[in-house]
Amino acid sequence: MSAIPAARSRRFSLGSVSLTVAAITVFIFLYIPLAIIVLYSFSGEVVNVWPIGSYTTRWYGEMWNDSQIREGILLSFRIGLIAASIAIVLGTLTAIAVDRFDFPGKSLLRFCVVLPITLPGIVTGVAMLSFFSIMGMQLSNRTIIIGHVTFCITLILNNVVARLSQIPRSLDEASADLGATPWRTFWRVTFPPILPAILSGGILAFTLSFDEIVVTLFLKGRDATLPLVIWARLRRGFSPEINAAATMIIAVSFVAVLLANRVSKWAGSS
Amino acid sequence: MSMHVEGQGARIELVNLEKQFEGVVAVRNTNLTVQPGEFLTLLGPSGCGKTTTLRMIGGFEYPTGGSILIDEKDVAALPPYRRPINTVFQQYALFPHMTVARNVGYGLEMAGVGKAERDRRVGDALAMVRLANVEKRRPSELSGGQQQRVALARALVNRPKALLLDEPLGALDLKLRKAMQLELKELNRETGATFIYVTHDQEEALTMSDRIAVMNEGRVLQLGTPAEIYEQPVDRFVADFIGQSNLIPGTLEARDGDRCMVRIPTGGLVEARLRDEPAVGASVVVSIRPERVILQGQPAESLDGSIPATISEIVYLGSYNQLVLHATPDLRLIVTAPTDMPARPGDSVHATIPSRYATCFAAE
Repeated sequence: MSAIPAARSRRFSLGSVSLTVAAITVFIFLYIPLAIIVLYSFSGEVVNVWPIGSYTTRWYGEMWNDSQIREGILLSFRIGLIAASIAIVLGTLTAIAVDRFDFPGKSLLRFCVVLPITLPGIVTGVAMLSFFSIMGMQLSNRTIIIGHVTFCITLILNNVVARLSQIPRSLDEASADLGATPWRTFWRVTFPPILPAILSGGILAFTLSFDEIVVTLFLKGRDATLPLVIWARLRRGFSPEINAAATMIIAVSFVAVLLANRVSKWAGSS
Repeated sequence: MSMHVEGQGARIELVNLEKQFEGVVAVRNTNLTVQPGEFLTLLGPSGCGKTTTLRMIGGFEYPTGGSILIDEKDVAALPPYRRPINTVFQQYALFPHMTVARNVGYGLEMAGVGKAERDRRVGDALAMVRLANVEKRRPSELSGGQQQRVALARALVNRPKALLLDEPLGALDLKLRKAMQLELKELNRETGATFIYVTHDQEEALTMSDRIAVMNEGRVLQLGTPAEIYEQPVDRFVADFIGQSNLIPGTLEARDGDRCMVRIPTGGLVEARLRDEPAVGASVVVSIRPERVILQGQPAESLDGSIPATISEIVYLGSYNQLVLHATPDLRLIVTAPTDMPARPGDSVHATIPSRYATCFAAE
């Protein structure tokens, strides 16, 4: 063997070592705080101290017995599910309109629908708050849902448009050629391939809504979602069941992202 | 195969058919009648309007003028799912999330045909295109040739009155393409359906078609049997597009009915059939196929139509040789000759142009 491949391989390994170090650093940076919260949620101490002396699951029981936290969890689930469902319907319909039809103002529509996700939450929150007060609408869970739908739609839209653009138009034509009305063509030919995109978009939209705090803060009525309950509690001083509640949010997000990933993989294989 | 049905094919008439895309004319004032059971090919270069014409017949584009009659019924405004015809698409357009059996049975399912009957007909259709044991597979698991057959079966299973084929063999390799050409011709006979085939491949068109419509710039230039198109092209474009043609420039010397004499650059006279209506003295072009030119070592009896030339190149093509001759530095002739003809580059020969195979067009 000549010297050149050896030199190249050493340089390559130097590069790969520094890359690995960088990756591990980022990983630690991202996940150590989460891991510590999860560990503390099982800590037997009443304050966060390190090292943890004893382990217990009592904070989870206390969390569930705490009616404020329990209702916060249930409300966050409810708002997440409703907002994601509404966004699924509106986002999918918009995606189909954008992908399959040509109409004036199409790119403007596309831009306007994508905008909310790039806007800071505080802008969306303030804007919608003043809109609702102009319209004379009482702030309630309903206004939170409307606020969440604005950015949830974007996730569904982007996901579904990406999938639709991979489906050749000729499939629609073939279906029509074989006697299917546009309605049947949609359900038999277009819908099955975009279903995974709709679902994974929907799951991500749910997680986004589940731990959203800024827009929710502006638009909330009497009830508080889980992130708001945690936030309010922390202002009054630390209590250990907060660790359990935070761990729950982590778990929900983790499962949801895993699920969304699974669904996209399933889409790729079919 | 027991699928033979007499008189199943539709008569398709295009009447003053026209299509504009935002002011750009794709198909202009086209009139064409396709006979029941006929294999008709729309042939032309890309952008000539052949695919647009086919898509209008299929219902994927709506004409901006004229009508499309299928068995005397105007379907121009009907959507594809209300037309008694089916299409084989260029990239097959098989549904990727369905098995082959679901793909082929799709049209029957839409028509409300029961499961048992559907399965039987799907089996028949797959047998007709010579595919076995692929029912449960996905299209992505099949080769290009197999996908092509599934697309054919999916269209034919519905027993369409006409089958539209949009360059269906374009993605296949040469050998498979040749085999499929013959099979398509057979399917046309077996099913009795009218076939309308779009291609830019003139050889494919000559092989399969009952008649060919040569198109260019949105219009049909010539409609005729492969032999008519090949032997008697109506204009310079057709002569040039179909097969190989020698186009010899000249001046119209005399005319009598559809015969004429043309003075060519060598100073000689060539007799030809007159196609257009050029005046005597006008610039014209004489078209002659390479295999129609007669080569001799000696000048012909009559000097007329015999062109002295030098062989500049001999290309061996297996079943024949192709010779490149130069009569003048600018006048090049391509001719074919038997491989056993004793000839070498640099030899002087006389090329005779038989008057009954030569055609004269007005120069552009």
